[in-house]
Amino acid sequence: MKRSNLPLEFGAEPMDIEIGPSHPAMHGITRLSTRLDGEVVTAVEVEIGYLHRGFEKECENSTYVQVIPYTDRLNYVSPILNNIGYSLAVEKLFGLDVPKRAQYARVILGELSRISDHLTCNGAMGMEVGAMTVFLWYVKAREYLWELTEEVTGARLTHNWTRFGGNANDLPDTFFDMLEERLKKVEAVLEEGVKMLFKNKIFLDRVKDVGVLSRERAIEYGFTGPMLRATGEPYDLRRAEPYLVYNELDFEIPVGTVGDSYDRFLVRHEEMLQSISIIRQAVAKIPKGGHYQHDRRAWLPDKTEVYGSIEGLIDHFKVIMEGSTPPKGEVYQAIEGGNGELGFYLVSDGTGKPYKCRVRPPCFNFVSALPEMLIGHYVGDIVPIYGSINMIGGELER
Amino acid sequence: MDMILDILTIPLVQAVIKILVFVLGFVMAVGTVLTLMERKWMSAVQDRIGPNRANIGKFTGHGALHIAADGVKSLLKEDTVPAGADRFLYLIAPLFSYFPAILVWAVIPFAGPIGSVTFQITDINTGLVFIFAVTSLGVYGAVLGGYASNNKYALLGAIRTSSQMLSYEVFLGLSLIGIFMVYGTVQVSKIVELQNTYWFDGLIPKWGIFTQPLAFFLFFTGMLAEAKRQPFDQPEGESEIIAGYYLEYSGARFSAYMLAEYVSIVAVSAITVTLFFGGYQIPWLFPDGFHLLGYSLALPPVVVALLQAGSFITKTLIFCWLIIIIRWTLPRFRFDQTMDLGWKKMLPLSMANLVVTALVLLLTA
Amino acid sequence: MTAPAETPPITARVEEKFPGAVTASHQQFGDETITVAKDQYLAVMTLLRNDPTLKFNLMVDLSAVDFLGQSPRFQVVVHLKSLSLGHRLRVKVGVGEDGPEACTLPTISKLWVAADWYERECFDMYGIRFQGHPNLKRLLLYESFVGHPLRKDYDIHLQQPRVELRPVRERYDYQNRNLTDPSETERRPL
Repeated sequence: MKRSNLPLEFGAEPMDIEIGPSHPAMHGITRLSTRLDGEVVTAVEVEIGYLHRGFEKECENSTYVQVIPYTDRLNYVSPILNNIGYSLAVEKLFGLDVPKRAQYARVILGELSRISDHLTCNGAMGMEVGAMTVFLWYVKAREYLWELTEEVTGARLTHNWTRFGGNANDLPDTFFDMLEERLKKVEAVLEEGVKMLFKNKIFLDRVKDVGVLSRERAIEYGFTGPMLRATGEPYDLRRAEPYLVYNELDFEIPVGTVGDSYDRFLVRHEEMLQSISIIRQAVAKIPKGGHYQHDRRAWLPDKTEVYGSIEGLIDHFKVIMEGSTPPKGEVYQAIEGGNGELGFYLVSDGTGKPYKCRVRPPCFNFVSALPEMLIGHYVGDIVPIYGSINMIGGELER
Repeated sequence: MDMILDILTIPLVQAVIKILVFVLGFVMAVGTVLTLMERKWMSAVQDRIGPNRANIGKFTGHGALHIAADGVKSLLKEDTVPAGADRFLYLIAPLFSYFPAILVWAVIPFAGPIGSVTFQITDINTGLVFIFAVTSLGVYGAVLGGYASNNKYALLGAIRTSSQMLSYEVFLGLSLIGIFMVYGTVQVSKIVELQNTYWFDGLIPKWGIFTQPLAFFLFFTGMLAEAKRQPFDQPEGESEIIAGYYLEYSGARFSAYMLAEYVSIVAVSAITVTLFFGGYQIPWLFPDGFHLLGYSLALPPVVVALLQAGSFITKTLIFCWLIIIIRWTLPRFRFDQTMDLGWKKMLPLSMANLVVTALVLLLTA
Repeated sequence: MTAPAETPPITARVEEKFPGAVTASHQQFGDETITVAKDQYLAVMTLLRNDPTLKFNLMVDLSAVDFLGQSPRFQVVVHLKSLSLGHRLRVKVGVGEDGPEACTLPTISKLWVAADWYERECFDMYGIRFQGHPNLKRLLLYESFVGHPLRKDYDIHLQQPRVELRPVRERYDYQNRNLTDPSETERRPL
């Protein structure tokens, strides 16, 4: 419901107001220079970069494997997806085969990450319209999932889990013991969220027809992921260009119709349920086998080999001194991240460090479209719309 | 001894004693405790523990010491005045918020009278009108605070407060005219007394909720808006305009605003109870004891007064609890939605309520 | 890195429309890539976006690579995706440092709005100026930042001087703000 067409009834001087960089509802630190006509937004300029850490420069000065922990800090609510994306890109460069079990493990943990990302976003959307309770419930549910990933990787948030050719460690038995119980708990929390918000007239009024971006404009802006699907375009990289073992799993791609905040909320909600179903299928299908396929160019050999054979010792020496050395070339690998197409573009000059490591951050496009979504809305809508795009500072500004 | 009794009969002395007991002993105490109880109840809703760290040695009192800790902290904090603020208005604005919330209590009866002793600070015959006059003063605290702070967010909050409170007062008044018509008076003590009359041979009390059910919902909604509580808390919506009109305040003045908010929650609850839930009345309890369907139980006046005060306090606390639960359950309206609700839905409804009430009274008279 | 025997359809289509525009192409790791001449860049991009057999409606990414010591020094890399046809393409264009048009490239933000911010970031990081860009200023870094940090000759340990604290008036000079509202010029304060 945009109000920009209404005439200025009582002539008033427009007011400029700075929202952010430090504002309690700013997810990262972003500045919205807003011009208000009464309560209606007439102009917005987005200023980002407060969380810029020089990720790409840092990558160019690190070996390939040293980049993996950096990727944890991109989208910091779904770190494993970043790990997977980067590792897939490097594996594509090396031409490595990943064992089936490792691929399934990546799917399972990646989907857990996706749920935690969507939980954060939907909860935050609730919080921004004043439903603080739902946010805290969702954060609680997120904690259940993070305990699961902690069981595998040893860390709640900064996992550093994938390697080139597999994963750092296998899924332990305790993980499978906990998984089903945790998923049930998360489903229960989601059910509570439905009761709390989906039938709440106030919430529906706040998010329906707010922040609408049509399908055409969304594509123009380069939207991907839930934001694009909310406009009705069923583009999901897990289906469009299947990676890992997604073509062996059965899931649906929820799409919206209007492209407003409400559709984004529903799409994310449904995706969480789909992810849970994907995890269940993957757990049922996961084969036995190794979690890591060693390649002498990519990473260190096993310790027994280092101490037991001269080849192992030489490989170890080479990887330590030079890093993993992929062939020359360039590669682009995209996966469906929490926010959409998370792409890694690597240029290798044959040395141990990436010559160029570019991240294609999905929420970059969303934030660039913010002015178009905001202009014409009320001040009270700024933050809910901003919340619905799920902007993650680490990924946006790198 | 006689002299003490003589002094006690002086109305002024009585009033001072009542003020001390009611306002300091009840209102302030409940308002202060509510600041903690809100956090505790909120934690219960949100599945977490809530504040429990303030301690003396090993004693934490399940967080009770946070009240003291908060009080001490706010008093010791620096009282900042932002650059460019209107200093005088900035400094006095919190009082405008604080005193109206307290003044309301002047006309709220806590229990029925025993002889010539009333449990009401003053029983002016324009009681309800006084309540309206005083609560609408509360808007000054917000507007002056927001205006004087020299802060755009605070100004937005102040503008929102003023338009919200002004709009909601309109139908708030209209919704109560039904009450005036049913009970035929605006004197609070009379209204409460008349709520102890009964339909069907002393079976169902004529409480406001039964005589004016629609008016209750309108009034309670309007009162939530007047107290700036969720879902009507855009004036201080923390995700939009941070804290609204009291954004720049710190220290004791900030806590004056906070305390005013909680005192006005208690006041809202008390007014609602007084007008719609029989005030201090307990059903079938008369000044001389219980009477129901021919059975009766005689009670001394002091016991009756104690029972009545207990009932009033219990009902008030139930409403405080309700208001807090509403806050942690519902999202907040957008500003234009608040206005739409007020002018387009509540106002016509309260007018319709008025007409229907008038017709019913006319036909049954 | 062996070149495929036959030319893939997208490259062939571009070559058919603009003979000589594609200076190099490869399909390494399955990513179809073309390198186009700088003067044909905008025309090729327009074709890629509008041609019914190509229909690259999603601009996925725009970045640059600094090949210090080579000529041309920079390579701007654009990743495109067609949502309806499902294919991808990587377009590379060399941007040199010499000559009158040093470090410039025509903007493609008229074709894809998404390119707006990507080009700003590219300008920020590599100093490549996009001609015709509506609002080409730094995106991630601040105005007073000296240099372009992703260039290979920018030392990773280099420290920038701190931004001086400006007086409040100057920081909040609202009258001279350039906010992105087309109707802004028409609005006059009363």
